[in-house]
Amino acid sequence: MKQFIGFLRKEFLHIFRDPRTMIIIFGIPIVQLMLFGKVISTDIQNAKIGILDQSHDNTTEKITSKLLSSGYFVLAKELQPGEDVEDVFRKGIVKMVVNFGPNFEQNLERDGKEDVQLLADASDPNTARILTSYAGGIINDFVKKEKLQNVQLPNQINIEVRMLYNEGLKSVYMFVPGIMAMILMLISAMMTSISISKEKEMGTMEVLLASPLKPVQIVLGKVTPYLLLSFINALTIILLGVFVFGVPIKGSFFLLMGESFLFILMALSLGILISTVAPNQMVAMFISLLGLMLPTILLSGFIFPIRNMPLPLQIVSNIIPPRWFIVIVRNIMLKGTGIFYIWKETLVLIFMSVTFIALSIKNFKIRLE
Amino acid sequence: MEKVIAVRNLVKKFGSFVANDNLNFDVYKGEIFGFLGANGAGKTTAMKILCGLSSPTSGQVKVAGFDIYKETEKVKRNIGYMSQKFSLYEDLTIAENIRFYSGIYGIKPAERKEKMERLLKNLDIESARDSLIGSLPLGWKQKLAFSVAIFHDPKIVFLDEPTGGVDPITRRKFWDLIYEASDRGITVFVTTHYMDEAEYCNRVSIMNEGRIEALDTPDNLKKQYSAKNMDEVFLKIARNKE
Repeated sequence: MKQFIGFLRKEFLHIFRDPRTMIIIFGIPIVQLMLFGKVISTDIQNAKIGILDQSHDNTTEKITSKLLSSGYFVLAKELQPGEDVEDVFRKGIVKMVVNFGPNFEQNLERDGKEDVQLLADASDPNTARILTSYAGGIINDFVKKEKLQNVQLPNQINIEVRMLYNEGLKSVYMFVPGIMAMILMLISAMMTSISISKEKEMGTMEVLLASPLKPVQIVLGKVTPYLLLSFINALTIILLGVFVFGVPIKGSFFLLMGESFLFILMALSLGILISTVAPNQMVAMFISLLGLMLPTILLSGFIFPIRNMPLPLQIVSNIIPPRWFIVIVRNIMLKGTGIFYIWKETLVLIFMSVTFIALSIKNFKIRLE
Repeated sequence: MEKVIAVRNLVKKFGSFVANDNLNFDVYKGEIFGFLGANGAGKTTAMKILCGLSSPTSGQVKVAGFDIYKETEKVKRNIGYMSQKFSLYEDLTIAENIRFYSGIYGIKPAERKEKMERLLKNLDIESARDSLIGSLPLGWKQKLAFSVAIFHDPKIVFLDEPTGGVDPITRRKFWDLIYEASDRGITVFVTTHYMDEAEYCNRVSIMNEGRIEALDTPDNLKKQYSAKNMDEVFLKIARNKE
């Protein structure tokens, strides 16, 4: 035991003394989360719009003020009838123009319907789609609440779209589980594989193997610090998600931490496996980056939905461990489901951990002979 | 004389390739035993077997009086090992390295402190106690690595080409440390391909293609092969084989 504590002390010295390691462990998780949460957010806030109001009556002004007080839009320009609408788009002054035709209120009262034109800058199609659907939603809501209360229309169909679990379609809800998976892969798998292959490269591994330490002790000694640090990281990401971005944890916190622990174990065993294959730190890093990080970002469902992938990629995504973990975390955090609904994913992770450990032991033995 | 290493009919095969072909030799207490051979002659393989880093295909091997198959643990407690890439951690200080290796071998803190003071004084590097290994000159690192390898007073220390990449003067100074250790009764088992170093050994064995071709004191070998120095002995053995 004393031997082991001595080993841990040495490992922590390695970690705390290397600025690059410290940045990867403590800097990257926070920066990633902030980046995805704040900067690369696909949410719309304060989008610049123009209003072309040819009626200036009670209704159009109410709708305008509804739009502007929603928080999604700010008025960048009030257009006059006859003004060149395209010009304001070309100059980039606005992203969308709301156009009310003449005699808006009168037409609405008389016919029970009237058109509002939403012109959007579709050179950025994604934003355009979001802007028009937000504005459409606000206008519909207004018409329904204020105008149709006393009007009985026989065949009126109300279409209501409600986004379940993420009603505001907040992208940070989607990113938190993905970032957790990515960071834990990065720290657990990449850092362990690098730190073990470093011992090989420096020749210290031979000395350790020639010492009374057992191979199991050496591996455990190398892995334990990263287990602790990864766990701290998982906690940090969850806390940041909850307190900075308001992501809910609807399910059990302990189940969430338990599943994170399982995922960390899986990633650590993967790291050990990589280190048994890689002769030096460089190779270990490349295998981890290309073999783990890229699939985690591209194929795990973190950014691109698995359902939209071509079939071959969908099949490949099954062997990407974060794919299963992301499902687990989304279920626990956003839907509040218990273990009964995620036992399949959990079993997959357990199976993967066991496989990686078995392969590592096999490889390690071959190398020793 | 007390035998600290006894090797009988040692064979090591990698598939169909025979790395060690029926080796037989003894090493005695306090001896400096040179293990020579060209690259790929099988000396590193043999040394790894003696250190318990690799297991032989067949044969009997006893190191420090223990069987390497059944008593690997005890063997490892009684040996020191220094690899080609001097085995200290560059990002730890001298004191931290010593503390780490002492911990592995179960040396008590009080004993460690006392021994460390002596070691630093002997090497005349007391001021560098808290310097990172990475910042030290190569010659110092090698001396330190050797001192750390024998810090737990092993019966035998294995040195795998310990003086690679340093000049002859530094090499000579390094050998002073080896003599000191040998005087204290520590057996030194050293592989090298510097022939001037071979002259410093008490006995040398010369390996070629997995077999030991010659084993004697440097003087006897020179007589036997009527050579001026070990370099010639080595070349003659290699040529005879061709």
